[in-house]
Amino acid sequence: MTNTAVVARRLAVGYSGRAVLSGIDAYLKAGGSTALVGSNGSGKSTLLKTLAGLLPPVSGALEIMGGAVTEMSHKVAYLSQFHPNGFVLPLCAVDVVRMARYDQRGRWERRSQTDDAIVAESMEMMKISNLGDVPLRDLSGGQQQRVYLAQVLARRAGLLLLDEPTAGLDAPGRAAYMEATVFERERGAAIVTATHDVAEASTCDRVLLVAGRIVADGPPAIVMTPENLLETFGIGLTKVGDHLVVTEHHHDH
Amino acid sequence: MATILGLPTMLGAAVGAVVMIGGVGLITARSKLSNDTAIGLLFIGLLALGVVLVSSSDSLTGDLEAILFGQFLGVDATDLLVQTIALLVVCAISLYSARPFLLLCFDIDLVRTMGYKAQWYHRLMLLMIAATVVVSFQTVGSLLVFGMLLAPAGVGALLARRIGSMMLWAAGTGVLSTYVGLLASYHFSWAAGASVVLTAVAIFFLTLVFVSVRKSLTLVST
Repeated sequence: MTNTAVVARRLAVGYSGRAVLSGIDAYLKAGGSTALVGSNGSGKSTLLKTLAGLLPPVSGALEIMGGAVTEMSHKVAYLSQFHPNGFVLPLCAVDVVRMARYDQRGRWERRSQTDDAIVAESMEMMKISNLGDVPLRDLSGGQQQRVYLAQVLARRAGLLLLDEPTAGLDAPGRAAYMEATVFERERGAAIVTATHDVAEASTCDRVLLVAGRIVADGPPAIVMTPENLLETFGIGLTKVGDHLVVTEHHHDH
Repeated sequence: MATILGLPTMLGAAVGAVVMIGGVGLITARSKLSNDTAIGLLFIGLLALGVVLVSSSDSLTGDLEAILFGQFLGVDATDLLVQTIALLVVCAISLYSARPFLLLCFDIDLVRTMGYKAQWYHRLMLLMIAATVVVSFQTVGSLLVFGMLLAPAGVGALLARRIGSMMLWAAGTGVLSTYVGLLASYHFSWAAGASVVLTAVAIFFLTLVFVSVRKSLTLVST
């Protein structure tokens, strides 16, 4: 596994040639975790989609796992914010997680013992082993999110791109997710998370504050200052104990 | 139009299918509308165009019913052979492409990040739907063919817990609808194609009621 997960130089991302987030210079190591923090519409999800190879960069250079993004997309696991067709098909939770292993074997090959072990391990990490035979459409939103996260884990990818991974998760779900990210990083995978949860971002070893451009980039203790958060969200936030308190409103934002 | 020009109807249907595939691709690429919406819009549009063309031609007005509702009892050995070949080809492609097709229906982003060619499989799936419509429309008619595509699959989706069993339920519903529909057509002198599709839709609604009642009973017992 290459030591570099993402290299971006003067990258701009957006739709139909129109940039929604620009000026991205990033070097993400294997085994590192990065949080993209910003308000709705700041360009977090667009950047994740570009890293996943789902959108072409508007400009600049992008390298994933040491190669062009179009060639390396199979080494990437991407968790989307939305799953519109989850209810349509009759699929059980385990079927959804097994999908992650489809590209690991030939068209006519059956699932290997390794595939089954990885699927079981991923479901165990997200504490959904007991839900394997339950239809996806019968699960709650939080349980479905755990299934989708287990699917991402089962990819055993080098780069995990997670868009709002803890959305809908309860406290045990969040704890399971945090344990899973530790496992993935120890395995050597890099994790990039899009979130507007400042507390969640502070658990990563690097934070990019985004608001149409990179407001700040670095370790959370250094980057998440009230001034930077004010510029990112348009409101001033200060950490008091385990809580974030709104201290100021930015009128120009 | 093919009928008016004196060309084989199958050729006309094939051209219509190609227009539909291109149109669905264009609509889904240029907008956020779903495949289903695009297919429905184009199907209704092309059907309306066909009806306008046929109704404008004095000599073809009598054929309108056959075009819309098919000629179930006029199927000959050649039609059966064509349909059998189409069935085998569609089954073979479905088996070969089962994984990317399932991913495509579930989450198109997953298809792309797994290295499958999403656009290619999307077009292949549309081509298979078009081929199914083309070989079926002479039997059940262009108006009713979508009923036979949707109703059995709907029954399968309601009853099955897995994709494989959904396909079996759908195929079984199709066979049962044809048998019961033709029996009803024979005994009550109903139009054959419409009877078959009506049976399939009736089975769908009966299944819906059954599933809803079963769910309510399960909730009460727990």
